[in-house]
Amino acid sequence: MSDTAPRPDDAPVAAADGEPRHFARMIAIWLMLSLILDPLFYFLVGPHVPPGTMTSTAEENQFDFNILIVIALPVLIAVWVYLGYSIVMWRAPKSGVADPVGGETARTHLGVQAAWIAITSVIVLFLAGFGTFELISTNGAGGGEGPNPIWTPTAAHILPIQVIGQQWAFTYRYPTFGGFETKQLMVPVDTTIAFHVTSLDVIHSFWAYQLSIKADANPQVDNVAFTTTNHTGSVTVRCSELCGLWHGAMFNYGQVISKQAFENWATATEKANASNTKLLPPFAWTYVPDANGADGGYYNDTVVPYSPSEVYGAKQPAS
Amino acid sequence: MTISAERETEVVYPDPTPPSSGWFQGLPARPGWLSQHIGTAAIGAVLGYLLGHWLGNVIASGYDYVANSGVTSIANTGGIALGALGWLVGIGALNYPLAKIIGKEPAPEFETTSWTKYFRYTADHKVVGMQYVIGVLLFLFTGGLLAMAIRTELLTPTSHVFGPGTYIAIVSEHGTIMMMMATSVVVGPLGNWLVPLMIGARRTAFPRVEAFSFWVFSAGYLVILTALPYGGFPTGWTGYAPLQTQAGGGMISYLAGFALIGTGMMAAGFNLAVTIVNYRAPGMTWSRVPIFVWSILATCALLTLATPTLFAAGLFGILDHTAQTAFYVTEHGGSSYLWQNLFWFFGHPEVYIMALPGFGIVAEILPVFTRKPLFAYKVAAAGMVGVALLSFFVWQHHLFQSGINPDMRPLFMLTTELISIPTGFIFLVGMGTLYKAKIRFEVPMLFALALFFNFLIGGVTGVFLSDVPVNVTVHGGFFVLSHFHYTIMGGLIFAFFGGLYFWLPKMTGKSMNKRLGQIHFWMMFVFFNLTFFPMFLIGLLGQPRRVFEYQQNLQALNTFSSISAFILGSSFLVFVANFVWSIFIKPTPSPANPWDSLGLEWQTASPVPYYNFERIPVVLTDPYHYSEDGAPAVADLGETVLVGVAAPAAADGPPDTGLVQHETSPE
Repeated sequence: MSDTAPRPDDAPVAAADGEPRHFARMIAIWLMLSLILDPLFYFLVGPHVPPGTMTSTAEENQFDFNILIVIALPVLIAVWVYLGYSIVMWRAPKSGVADPVGGETARTHLGVQAAWIAITSVIVLFLAGFGTFELISTNGAGGGEGPNPIWTPTAAHILPIQVIGQQWAFTYRYPTFGGFETKQLMVPVDTTIAFHVTSLDVIHSFWAYQLSIKADANPQVDNVAFTTTNHTGSVTVRCSELCGLWHGAMFNYGQVISKQAFENWATATEKANASNTKLLPPFAWTYVPDANGADGGYYNDTVVPYSPSEVYGAKQPAS
Repeated sequence: MTISAERETEVVYPDPTPPSSGWFQGLPARPGWLSQHIGTAAIGAVLGYLLGHWLGNVIASGYDYVANSGVTSIANTGGIALGALGWLVGIGALNYPLAKIIGKEPAPEFETTSWTKYFRYTADHKVVGMQYVIGVLLFLFTGGLLAMAIRTELLTPTSHVFGPGTYIAIVSEHGTIMMMMATSVVVGPLGNWLVPLMIGARRTAFPRVEAFSFWVFSAGYLVILTALPYGGFPTGWTGYAPLQTQAGGGMISYLAGFALIGTGMMAAGFNLAVTIVNYRAPGMTWSRVPIFVWSILATCALLTLATPTLFAAGLFGILDHTAQTAFYVTEHGGSSYLWQNLFWFFGHPEVYIMALPGFGIVAEILPVFTRKPLFAYKVAAAGMVGVALLSFFVWQHHLFQSGINPDMRPLFMLTTELISIPTGFIFLVGMGTLYKAKIRFEVPMLFALALFFNFLIGGVTGVFLSDVPVNVTVHGGFFVLSHFHYTIMGGLIFAFFGGLYFWLPKMTGKSMNKRLGQIHFWMMFVFFNLTFFPMFLIGLLGQPRRVFEYQQNLQALNTFSSISAFILGSSFLVFVANFVWSIFIKPTPSPANPWDSLGLEWQTASPVPYYNFERIPVVLTDPYHYSEDGAPAVADLGETVLVGVAAPAAADGPPDTGLVQHETSPE
């Protein structure tokens, strides 16, 4: 971006004899700093940037963040170098600073203005295009796509997990395992997951940090987000939308475990919880508070999920 | 625009003898404690509150909607509504319209030199501007104290100073107060005070609307404070809906307070926009209007067009609370998305209401302290208008993860990133103006340069937030919190203080202490960055906003941020000390034009007379002819001989006007 500033040969004010080549200097400093800092960041810091690489979306979002930094750093450096250079070189207290020249030439410079607009536009349009590509190629980048997602994974088996937010806890239901409900998020590795996020009361936001999933939990809305797990580990889940008194305490933990361990856990939990599951409202994509509300009961909403049952028909993941 | 060659030859001054005053007869005609002032406004507010509360209980007795409070929402709403009305009646805001309604001729306003005018309903834009200065500072410091409380709670991850309810009330109150303040922080004080002077007008277009805007604004301040005795409200400044519907009595204060502030914003914006369009002096063409005025005009467009949405949204919320409507109640057919969309349809233009005036201030300060013309004036003006237009098309980027239609996300990603093009123009303007300048590091200039440093970080991180994949990690966390503090505080508030240091000598006739100003600046600049930069990391490392507990491993960063915040907070004490010392205790008279500015606002007499200009100036050129030999004078001010006018050399040349040649000596 620093080359948008006037070049020495067409600088708005004719350079006096012996006038240093300000722009050559600035560009040299800018180039040097950018060439050092960009690779330093990308190779040293980049791999450690949140949210890590536990899932496909985490990996892509980390890559996206790093690309943005690699573009942003030279922009920041350009402006800072220019400001720093101006402050050092053109400060009034310093001796030998020439009196500035006003007039028409100091007011506008068509080339500089056009170059500035062109370069910022190119950067911005590239970023929008890049962001859109990353968003679509990752099936929504792990963000909530609402009840009718348009970028869906093509994996043969998708494990649906329902996330229910309520003041002030998240619970999880596994519809392909009889719809049992747990307080702990268990996810198999190397599996594509569809998180169906909904709420029973106010707006929450399901933020599975390491999975790079963030989807608002709205009452009576089935907000869907996708990701594919890459490796095992533990997951922190926090609520990232203010939901009242204990919002700060609304967090829990989850695990990404091997497929076999997940299968064992899910079948065992389904069996162990069977009597509790019967007492729950039948599994549905969203729930409506009972009409009289007083007993805290919920009944099924009539929302049809975006994917018909054939997608989620069998127990997932197939072993 | 056609410009009359004739000067206004006769100035009609009002009758200096105070007309007989009556309660219905217009503006405060009789000085002294018998007439209307802030004291009667307070009495009116209290009486109105009691009456409204009683009335509400009469209407809805025995129907306790607000849980555990014994208060009905209707009594609560009625108290606030009639309290605000009582405040306005008490200050005299309704005298003029009521007198007109009953067919009496309202008393004309007359000039008062008494200091008590600052506590009255007055149509002098300079008095209203000073009232706003004190008003927004009070607002700012109230919100700042709450910020100190937040940072105190966040010193440690799990041991608590406040209970969770108190903490969430503090967070919500801090956010709301600061957002309310920031909507008016420049338009109110500097906009009202400076715009008429900058465009060569004697007054604003609607002086009573201008006064009304301040007194409604102050009513909004009082109303939002009433949330605290009602137990606060738990929604943060965004007031998201199912939680809003669930919340107790403090929620009404939030909704009504925002509606009142919104009324003030609309009034102020409408008045200044009309003033700028219609009250420019002869010769003040659109290409000569100071860039600050352009920024205020763009802001006024947003104030008048975006704020009605907030007002309507607030009324819907109040109806949901009082009349059992279901605008935001999903299970009764409403939608929680409705509030989000209405709120952000206002809320995102509001963000630019909080950016553009800051740009205007620094663009006005830079030429003075570089002794160079403003670079790329037209680009700057176009950028402000462009930002204002585009800002209506970006609001859903707040809802990227909320479950909106997914195909909206690329669209709003694109519009949000596009808006960084016109926003970036301010950097082109600033950097071009600094080129081969001779920079004087006076206090206002320090603040102006700081804006470029801070706003760059704020702007670039905004691009990160607009990128949907990155947004998944940073939305709703401390990253976004840091981002908007960098833009609003690092941009607007720095510019506001730069503007105060720059224009207070003209506004008060007193010089601010330079040494204290420098201490204030460096404390504020260094510790602002030390407070908020760590928050980017805190956010990336997984801390959501508005939490009172966080992970152990984030304690070092949080504690560091908190301690920096305390020093940042104390930097404002230096400002207050400077203000009180330099203006009241040991006033040092300021020269008429201490910075050698060419701006028209500096060319009139000092202190500025009631009617601003003895003769309406004929503007000859724009005010940026610095370091230009033979440049024309900015304006012909008639026969008044001015002392201390800047750059007398600039007055030698011929006017560069392509307009009708005016007569330089009309009499």
